[in-house]
Amino acid sequence: MSRYRCPVCDYVYDETAGEPREGFPPGTAFADVPDDWNCPDCGVRDKVDFEEITDGG
Amino acid sequence: MSKTIDAATHSGGSAVMSSDAAAWRDRKRYAWMLGLLVPTIPFGAWGLFALTGSSLCWWYGPVLIFVIFPFIDTAAGLDGSNPPDSLLEALEDDKYYRRITYLFLPIQYAALVWACWMWTRGDLSIVDKVGLAFTVAMVAGIAIAVAHELGHKKPKLERWLAKIALAQTFYGHFFIEHNRGHHVRVSTPEDPASARLGESFWAFLPRTVFGSLSSAWRLESARFERLGTSRWSLKNDLINAWLMTVALYVILAGAFGVAVLPYLLIQTVVGFCMLEVVNYIEHYGLLRQKKDGGRYERCVPEHSWNSNNQWSNVFLYHLQRHSDHHTNPTRRYQALLHVDEAPQLPSGYATMMVLAMMPPVWSRIMDRRLLQHYGGDVTRANISPRRRDKITRKYGPGTAAAAAAKAAGRRTLPWGGGVAA
Repeated sequence: MSRYRCPVCDYVYDETAGEPREGFPPGTAFADVPDDWNCPDCGVRDKVDFEEITDGG
Repeated sequence: MSKTIDAATHSGGSAVMSSDAAAWRDRKRYAWMLGLLVPTIPFGAWGLFALTGSSLCWWYGPVLIFVIFPFIDTAAGLDGSNPPDSLLEALEDDKYYRRITYLFLPIQYAALVWACWMWTRGDLSIVDKVGLAFTVAMVAGIAIAVAHELGHKKPKLERWLAKIALAQTFYGHFFIEHNRGHHVRVSTPEDPASARLGESFWAFLPRTVFGSLSSAWRLESARFERLGTSRWSLKNDLINAWLMTVALYVILAGAFGVAVLPYLLIQTVVGFCMLEVVNYIEHYGLLRQKKDGGRYERCVPEHSWNSNNQWSNVFLYHLQRHSDHHTNPTRRYQALLHVDEAPQLPSGYATMMVLAMMPPVWSRIMDRRLLQHYGGDVTRANISPRRRDKITRKYGPGTAAAAAAKAAGRRTLPWGGGVAA
């Protein structure tokens, strides 16, 4: 399970937790999130702009 | 524990700070409290009426905002100063600033309840009551700016407060559409809330009001499609926000009588039109170019009009530092920055709102400025499709206007940062 961060507002999409409010239940892989989905907090970065968080990062 | 932005509290810290940062104090810190005078405007009208006995006083709100404020805004001058980068985070974390925005709400609703009392129990003529409705609308409209500030923030409390502030104007959908629609498509022809070159405010108004409403519905519907549940749910943020308004109006009509409803309607419509005139100003004619592959280029500072008029900035929570807002939408108002590359309006919102309502004056002032922004190349602007031929004839390649704009260039415009001398 990986985590992905919005480079603008630091919102984190965590695959373990998913984002149930957005329709992604816990365990939803980031790859299964639609490409046109954008950051739910700032709205100005799309899924493709998110950066994977590496361990310790 | 809240931090205050005072050099003294930081000087002993571990961070290495420049002498600029150590010496910096937020000059606007206490000025932000002036914004709390806005929801007291209806009480001000009452006070003026008590003093003078003139029934014209019920129109105090629009006179203050559209006549007196433009003069004060011009006289108060510019402030383009920024806090040092090293203090931005502490400035954002200082809870003092957000509490000022929370305090707006109880005064806003006290004014509304009091107005309902005046509409039904007060000894006012119909014209006076309409005047009071316009005065209340000034509060309702600026409350949308407060809701805008709160609705962009991550804490749940602030998002709820945003909805409550919007309830007065039946504009709960703004919170969805603005964050997830407008910010995504800003300065593109697809955004109903980005005004186009050649489009008058009065043509923009129905397009933005109905376009934003239907876009908000589509956004929430898409979310419920992903959820796999019915959109007709109290969890639908449009439905629960609108129900908040319905509950408010029912309570007010129940307490004061149905006679309040026409005046509530007036203040609602005039209130959200105030927001829309500000929307009209913010991105007029500006266009993000499409890249190869069909995606739009990212929104950068040149895609929003800015102003450093400090009076308007204090009353609208730095909304005029609009480029930084679009770059960092979740950034708190007190930490929004002046950006040198941003196109500057010739005056603050207080004045520009009045000009926007007079289309010939607006286009005379703004079209040339937009053309200069694009170095005389009108094809880079977001042009109203209905006016494309007319605009091309007037400003297109080879025209005198295009040549003049190219020759004048950006240097004739007051781009400069820093405090105006």
